[in-house]
Amino acid sequence: MLELTRIGEMSTTTTEQKWLEQALTEVLNDLYGAALRLSKNTADAEDLVGDTVAKAIKCIDSLLDRSSFRPWIFRILTNTFFTECRRRNTRAETPLEVCDDDGQEGEFWLFDKLHQPFLLWWGNPEQEFLNSLLRDDLVRAVDRLPEQYRMVVVLSELEGFSYQEVAEMLDIPVGTVRSRLSRARSSLQQELWHHVQDREPGKLLDTRSE
Amino acid sequence: MSDDNTINCEEALKRLFRFLDHDLDRHRHAEMETHLARCKSCYSRVEFEKRLHGHLREVGQQLPSDALRQRIKKLIGEQ
Repeated sequence: MLELTRIGEMSTTTTEQKWLEQALTEVLNDLYGAALRLSKNTADAEDLVGDTVAKAIKCIDSLLDRSSFRPWIFRILTNTFFTECRRRNTRAETPLEVCDDDGQEGEFWLFDKLHQPFLLWWGNPEQEFLNSLLRDDLVRAVDRLPEQYRMVVVLSELEGFSYQEVAEMLDIPVGTVRSRLSRARSSLQQELWHHVQDREPGKLLDTRSE
Repeated sequence: MSDDNTINCEEALKRLFRFLDHDLDRHRHAEMETHLARCKSCYSRVEFEKRLHGHLREVGQQLPSDALRQRIKKLIGEQ
């Protein structure tokens, strides 16, 4: 009988508390990871997760299907983040432009860059590059994205939600998710390229500059 | 570049991320798989993007502090 009862109707029971605690435990690392990349600092990320969980508990009645808990709570997280941004008036709508080395706007892909004939690498270029990447390179690259692009990268790339789920969470068309993600990925790869180049200039040897 | 009869490399690269994100319909997804089985260059590109994605995915996971865990436990206890 318990399984047939709506979640909200047994919200005061120990069973319900245990289920919610378990569900939150399962998503907490992801939820906090996403909050950290959206807020970019520990204190704000902790507040964002705390506020999200408080709201989730308050409106648990609206969760009719427990299997949808993860997208449901991430939608609360994104709404809470946007509300806080509006309150602080910090929402940046900077357009994302990806330029090539000559300043021309276009796409940038690491794989193409690693296979330029004039670039000298020791060993396997893709593997060498990935081995050179630090977690901090990835964090900085994600953090540099304008908010609307960072949001789709966090939800899709980092947290693995489908385009449709991201579109529903952000109330935008699926096509917008695709286009933002494509530009964001290109920009991310360009950032990563520059990070590795700046840190290990001797490793990426462009013979054109010699 | 490949002798694939279904899609060429240009089309495969256009579909690359939607393929990795499982956003293609079954037919287009299968066309990609067929192409990748025959084209070493596109296969290498897909493998690289997969590995890069794996690195990015790790950034999305972060251990919360004990203080945050306690805060959440308290919120659940108060419901």
